[in-house]
Amino acid sequence: MSAHASEHGTMNLKLIVWRQAGPNEPGRFETYDAKGITPHHSFLEMLDVVNEDLIKAGKEPIVFDHDCREGICGACSAVVNGVPHGGYKRTTLCQLHMRKFKDGDAIYLEPWRARAFPIIKDLMVDRGALDRLIQAAGWTSAHTGGVPDGNSTPIPKRSADYAMDAAECIGCGACVAACPNGAAMLFAGAKVSQLNELPQGQVEAPERVAAMVQAMAENGFGNCSNHYECQAACPKGIDVKFIARLNREFRKALVLDKVGALTKSAKAE
Amino acid sequence: MILDGKAPTGRIEESWDKYRFDLKLVNPANKRKFKILVVGTGLAGASAAATLGELGYNVETFCYQDSPRRAHSIAAQGGINAAKNYPNDGDSIYRLFYDTIKGGDFRAREADVWRLAQVSNNIIDQCVAQGVPFARDYAGYLDNRSFGGAQVSRTFYARGQTGQQLLLGAYSALSRQIKAGTVKLFARTEMLDLVVVDGEAKGITIRDLVTGEIRTHVGDAVVLATGGYVNVFYLSTNAMGCSVTANWKAHKKGAYFANPCFTQIHPTCIPQAGDYQSKLTLMSESLRNDGRIWVPKKKEDCNKPANEIPEEDRDYYLERKYPTFGNLAPRDIASRAAKEQCDEGRGVGPGGRGVYLDFAASIKRLGENVVRERYGNLFEMYERITDEDAYKQPMRIYPAPHYSMGGLWVDYNLMSNIPGLFVLGEANFSVHGANRLGASALMQGLADGYFVIPNTIAGYLATTKPGKVKADHPEFKKSVEEVHGASKKLLGINGKKTVTEFIRELGTTMWEDVGMARSKESLTKALQKIPAIRKEFWENVKVSGKGEELNQQLENAGRTADFLEFAELLARDALHREESCGGHFRVEHQYPDGEAKRDDANFCYTAAWEFKGIGKEPELHKEPLKFENVHLAVRSYK
Ligand SMILES: Cc1cc2nc3c(=O)[nH]c(=O)nc-3n(C[C@H](O)[C@H](O)[C@H](O)COP(=O)(O)OP(=O)(O)OC[C@H]3O[C@@H](n4cnc5c(N)ncnc54)[C@H](O)[C@@H]3O)c2cc1C
Ligand code: SF4
Ligand code: FES
Repeated sequence: MSAHASEHGTMNLKLIVWRQAGPNEPGRFETYDAKGITPHHSFLEMLDVVNEDLIKAGKEPIVFDHDCREGICGACSAVVNGVPHGGYKRTTLCQLHMRKFKDGDAIYLEPWRARAFPIIKDLMVDRGALDRLIQAAGWTSAHTGGVPDGNSTPIPKRSADYAMDAAECIGCGACVAACPNGAAMLFAGAKVSQLNELPQGQVEAPERVAAMVQAMAENGFGNCSNHYECQAACPKGIDVKFIARLNREFRKALVLDKVGALTKSAKAE
Repeated sequence: MILDGKAPTGRIEESWDKYRFDLKLVNPANKRKFKILVVGTGLAGASAAATLGELGYNVETFCYQDSPRRAHSIAAQGGINAAKNYPNDGDSIYRLFYDTIKGGDFRAREADVWRLAQVSNNIIDQCVAQGVPFARDYAGYLDNRSFGGAQVSRTFYARGQTGQQLLLGAYSALSRQIKAGTVKLFARTEMLDLVVVDGEAKGITIRDLVTGEIRTHVGDAVVLATGGYVNVFYLSTNAMGCSVTANWKAHKKGAYFANPCFTQIHPTCIPQAGDYQSKLTLMSESLRNDGRIWVPKKKEDCNKPANEIPEEDRDYYLERKYPTFGNLAPRDIASRAAKEQCDEGRGVGPGGRGVYLDFAASIKRLGENVVRERYGNLFEMYERITDEDAYKQPMRIYPAPHYSMGGLWVDYNLMSNIPGLFVLGEANFSVHGANRLGASALMQGLADGYFVIPNTIAGYLATTKPGKVKADHPEFKKSVEEVHGASKKLLGINGKKTVTEFIRELGTTMWEDVGMARSKESLTKALQKIPAIRKEFWENVKVSGKGEELNQQLENAGRTADFLEFAELLARDALHREESCGGHFRVEHQYPDGEAKRDDANFCYTAAWEFKGIGKEPELHKEPLKFENVHLAVRSYK
């Protein structure tokens, strides 16, 4: 039966949603009806409709993170039918449109699940661990002012493009949620690759990778064991080649004895 | 009252350097004794907090998102201007200054705009040093493109994600300071009040969005970098959480609100398709570099597929009306022209609210690959939303509310009329006049944060003692009680309509009566409707849940309540300004050919409004604008 949504006016769906009042509260699935949804609704607009109904019925609306609704801020985050962001190539949840669903579909909705991302409420999780990875060393020590002219160091287009490919990461954390080990290697690999590729970032390259790898362990992220689920879930098409780069950079830092130095200085503090 | 913007006098070329030299300094050892509260972590806030932390100040920074990296600056696509003149096409600081003054329809302060143009070049260098991967040519040098309102290529870009890359750069600088301990970050935190002690800004009252806790933070100065307010129109290109709340609360505590009616309607957005919609998506203006805008000449062609309309039956109206700038005419002009075509019944797509943005000629000239390389991600985005392939058929675009040129009034130091309260980025009114040219908001945010505030804030701090006010001052308690009271009131109404229904109703009124074309009649109507919606809101809104917990409905209700008060000020400002300029178009004031008619004799000033109570007439203060370097002239793009 071809009941593809775009051939119909509106559709009715069943949502089976994870509800959890707080980090230490028990969670459970609840079922809701989404009625009168058009193929042009985005997934979050569909949730808005459900929430309006819940509010009017005096029930608590479903809590979820979102802001830009155009696929760039990285706030939206839910696992749809077992896949972070719903599993359409290069598509965040807010950019997923209901034309991808059929009338009568049942849709499972869960929060990101990973040790490093405690649940705050319903579909909202705490992704502060990703910020802490960047705080560890995801920067260059460029003071404001006193830097050379932007054109003083030519950067091969190849390198600029490569860095930009890596820099497209929106920090959504889908890669972590998709990974059976809850690893943040795609996220960290992208940042390390971007900065270590550019002349401006090379000066601190070994220290950066050493600090970020250490921070990953400290913040409850697991290790990569080559499942490639991260790349499949990533809405920005971040390539696993950046994980390989992360590993290479890490070995380079080992050779330079930066990792040991870092561990030692951490102990000394 | 005549306001003094404190703009330096004398030769404009030396104005900033001289002023900066004369500013007071804070001794390095004293810097860490001062605490500065920076609200907002977008380009303006993150760059300010990072730089102030780096200078040695003790900084606390706040944002309502879970991470600074998600501030709405992340969404900017097109690019950032700078007067580097790398392409050797005749650009200079003076030309960028000139274009910005003229682009803003002569409603900005000259000295501020000069400074912006001057520091624009440092911004690019700074960002490159941070590892921002700007586009480069094959020789390894920075690449440029053009934007609306300019005939030179001065826009630097990082694919279609310039804002993202610049923000991630500022965010990384901020992260470095967080690690260093100079900056303390409070994410998922919303500022709900400004605390003013003896006439000076000394703190803020916030709601912890996770626990619902309401508490105060004390500082020696407060910096607001809280972005724009065009969500007052409900549907806009802004993120869902963008609000006027921080600005409005400061306004109620005495800060003047300048030119609230100067809002920008962006010409290249994906048209609204239905009532369920929660936002409008911008398609970068850079598309106008290679896309040609047209509508069918004949009304009966509007429902035909584009490729069945022969060349001679297409009206490339921008190229026809503005041969010099053509498709790159400034935003207000391009927006109004699109609306005109649609109002005449020649719009395309659902409801006739769209014009074509056509790439067929560029694809033919450059090849699909080049177009894909330049704009691929935008085409993808367009397809995802509309289910249409813009390589095969033209995009449909329509204007949408996008940017607020108005904001809190600030002087040349970026300080509001409340001593100790500084306002940066889109939240202030400063440099864009009545219309912002493309790629200059990113420039302004970073100029304010990296290069202006670190200098000018010292001028204030040097006159005050660190820790002058303590947390036990009664004003803090009073503010917390007020915020508690407002939440309680919202939660207690238990009416029948949801918050969304109210903001939608307000937005519809704003778009129809206070939108792209305003008249005395429509504004008078809006000024009756807005208080009525507000009254109903406070009697009939339904906000469930509790205050002492995560409660997204309560957050939205608070933002909507502020919009409902602010909207009235916006409409009043539009009504009082009996002229058309930039994005502010009063139908009564136009030339026979439909161009905006400015009135320099009577309105060459910044309107700064003082709050006098809800529903009460605010008091108008004027800051006269003087043009000594760019002469007041009719703004023509023909
Ligand atoms: C879709 C889009 C595309 C754009 N493209 C371009 C472009 O190509 N070039 C260009 O120059 N400009 C562009 N602009 C404009 C430009 O992006 C913005 O004007 C600019 O980024 C605003 O920066 P900001 O730092 O002032 O504010 P924002 O980036 O909006 O940051 C506001 C900050 O304040 C915080 N905040 C707000 N209210 C509160 C509160 N009450 N309590 C606590 N925190 C609060 C938020 O959490 C956030 O951190 C674009 C804008 C949009 C919407
Ligand atoms: S790598 Fe991809 S999935 Fe992971 S945080 Fe970045 S954008 Fe999200
Ligand atoms: S809401 Fe911003 S990426 Fe989805």
